[in-house]
Amino acid sequence: MLKRIGVFICHCGLNIAGTVDVKRVVETIKDYPGVVHAESYIYMCSDPGQDLVRRAIREKGLDGVVMANCSPSMHEKTFRNVVAKEGLNPYFCEVANIREHCSWPHEHEKELATKKALLIIETTIEKLKRNMELTPMVVPLHKRALVIGGGIAGMQAALDIASAGYEVIIVEKLPTIGGHAIQLAGTFPTLNRVPCLMAPRMAEIASHPKIKLYTCAEVEDISGYVGNFAVKIKTKPSYINEERCNNCELCLGECPVTLPAEFDRGLSQRKAIYLTPREAIPQKLLIDPGSCLHFNGNECHACEEICPTKAIDFLQQETIAEEVVGAIVVATGYEIWDKMNVPEYASDPDVIDGLQFERILSPSGPTGGEIRRPSDGKVPKEVVFISCVGSRDPEHGFTYCSRVCCMYIAKQAVLYSRTVPEGQAYVFYMDIRSDSKGYEEFVKRAVEEERVLYLRGRVSKVFRDGDKIKVWGSDTLSGKSIEIAADLVILATAMTPSEGAKELARKLNVTVDALGFLTEAHPKLRPVETLTTGIYLAGTAQWPRDIPDTISSSSGAASKVISLFSRKELLHEPTVAWPDEEVCSGCGICASICAYHAIEIDPKRRVARVNEAVCEGCGACIAACPSGAMRQKNWTAMQFFEMLDVATGAYV
Amino acid sequence: MQEEGFEPNIVGLLCHWCTYTAADLAGTTRTQYPTNIRPIQTMCSGMVDSVYVLWALLGGADGVMIGACHPADCHYVSGNYKCRRRTAILKSILNTLGLEDDRVWLCWISAAEGKLFANTVAKFTEAIRKQGPNPIKKYWSA
Repeated sequence: MLKRIGVFICHCGLNIAGTVDVKRVVETIKDYPGVVHAESYIYMCSDPGQDLVRRAIREKGLDGVVMANCSPSMHEKTFRNVVAKEGLNPYFCEVANIREHCSWPHEHEKELATKKALLIIETTIEKLKRNMELTPMVVPLHKRALVIGGGIAGMQAALDIASAGYEVIIVEKLPTIGGHAIQLAGTFPTLNRVPCLMAPRMAEIASHPKIKLYTCAEVEDISGYVGNFAVKIKTKPSYINEERCNNCELCLGECPVTLPAEFDRGLSQRKAIYLTPREAIPQKLLIDPGSCLHFNGNECHACEEICPTKAIDFLQQETIAEEVVGAIVVATGYEIWDKMNVPEYASDPDVIDGLQFERILSPSGPTGGEIRRPSDGKVPKEVVFISCVGSRDPEHGFTYCSRVCCMYIAKQAVLYSRTVPEGQAYVFYMDIRSDSKGYEEFVKRAVEEERVLYLRGRVSKVFRDGDKIKVWGSDTLSGKSIEIAADLVILATAMTPSEGAKELARKLNVTVDALGFLTEAHPKLRPVETLTTGIYLAGTAQWPRDIPDTISSSSGAASKVISLFSRKELLHEPTVAWPDEEVCSGCGICASICAYHAIEIDPKRRVARVNEAVCEGCGACIAACPSGAMRQKNWTAMQFFEMLDVATGAYV
Repeated sequence: MQEEGFEPNIVGLLCHWCTYTAADLAGTTRTQYPTNIRPIQTMCSGMVDSVYVLWALLGGADGVMIGACHPADCHYVSGNYKCRRRTAILKSILNTLGLEDDRVWLCWISAAEGKLFANTVAKFTEAIRKQGPNPIKKYWSA
């Protein structure tokens, strides 16, 4: 037990001292059992503040230190390093949180806040007294990374990590990498054609010696911890023997099933056996078992019969690959909200979403780059864009701004105006959000030089009227109601997390917010990390982003992985569970309750055994142990009892 | 049984990953709440042994608040579910012992919910203020 404790109270300028009477705290705590020294200072985290702590440890022979200041999440590390410099074990320093938990939320209760601060310090002293000397454990570090999602975010992260010399595994759900980016017609504000951006990078990934690509694959299971994640990757079969297939494409003509092609968002057709789109890497022939007659109770063998090389293999099974990686980047991307959710828009083929219009504008799209509307192939002369469909609309469950729509509407309107010079584009908007480099100027150009008509107001009704779609709305700037007889209506629907992201998050043990986006460790200071060490976030899985922001966040995540891999070894928090073998009866309750499978029962000695490298220190087994044999280092029951004895006392 | 000048003593056992951080957030955003809560950090609500709650009540705490991650959000996979079961079982015993079970609150408060933390503390304090002191204290004067 520690007997010579020093207590250091920070004023934090006036953040603490403005509410808590620090002088009184020093005077009172000085006489607390076990305390031999107490003092206060204006900023304990400053250099002179840290020196003060070091001097006191030296001169007063302190064996433990309580820092009464801000939350441990701010400076626990700082002060543990400070005491270590004086030769004290870092775990003999504890933080009493008297700023976030006391002075700030009780600004108008000076007297009570002072008493509460004292009590918080006293509970911390009681915990510290029974702390053990601990050294972080060294655990192995596998310097390979897993990137989940092969869209533009995952590609960037993979290339960055691979170019630093580490192996990368990409797992992509779809048959091709490239994500939604390869569906786009062009980018704002430069109007680059997307293949020029994506094709070289996709090719680089496919041929990179350090990158291993799994397509049509999903993460089936994940276990382990930073440095040592064991991953099971499930790959769906293509039902094509790739070694035999000579890409003659005869089978495509024979297949009797046609259905809307996902890549063109339903604007073109594909067969049940199909080739990945021209933009795809890898180029691949595959059978979709969801629509193939053979897999749905019919005796169809059309493709098999025509195939000259006998490459069709209906018996292929899914495969499970196992990989061990040290870090994971989650880049699962986005979906856009389906217009089918709004009955008014659902049935009309000429009311389309933003991604569908990208396909129509795309030179490699279903109309070969000519702008033709889906219903009758006519060139639309009046085109209406509606922004914020779903977004910024709590009624539909999306409170947020999708951030990219204002700009892609401007881009699409410009591309439209240039391709159909006699046509007119209208944009209904709430606000124009153009907050990045060159964006504001681009929107301005769309209005002033490209003849796009912006109308500030909401649309009240959209309905079919013969050949036209009537759009009723208001222009709040002129105060007039507007009626447009449109040929084509484009909806900028909300960006949402991609399907399955929530389930994956659960497997990874990372959190999602109420909307389903993955949550970062800290919204300001740790934007690409998750609360699970070794798992990082990239791109729109976290929040709606445009391409440059996605690239930045992906490179940020990659740099976190690279800096992790640049370490020689990994340290693991030593506040783990340990069984008192004298007391343990080997009942196994702890082993069955452990979420990390860190405990097993020694078959010979019938006692629990903890794998310290796997134990996360959650304490579930301690609370579950019926005999009190399981203990947790520095979180013992005795420490809780002592803390509770203080906490149940009155404020004095 | 409202007593004159009674100020409840509420012990908060707050999970490091959610409610403790929510309390940090309440502080950072200067959200004010009653001083009655005495915060104690735990690594997980699954670490909260029912004995700790009993210990607090026998020690004279007028209320015990356990702050845990929302269902499915536990940093340690399932500690909050374990806590939920333990709390339910403990509560069924408390009344038998003459310790009122509504003096123990298990609250789901995520790290982002500073305001909810402040509101919960205010609500709990008010409820206990109305309910009066922990009945265990009767034994002390006897």
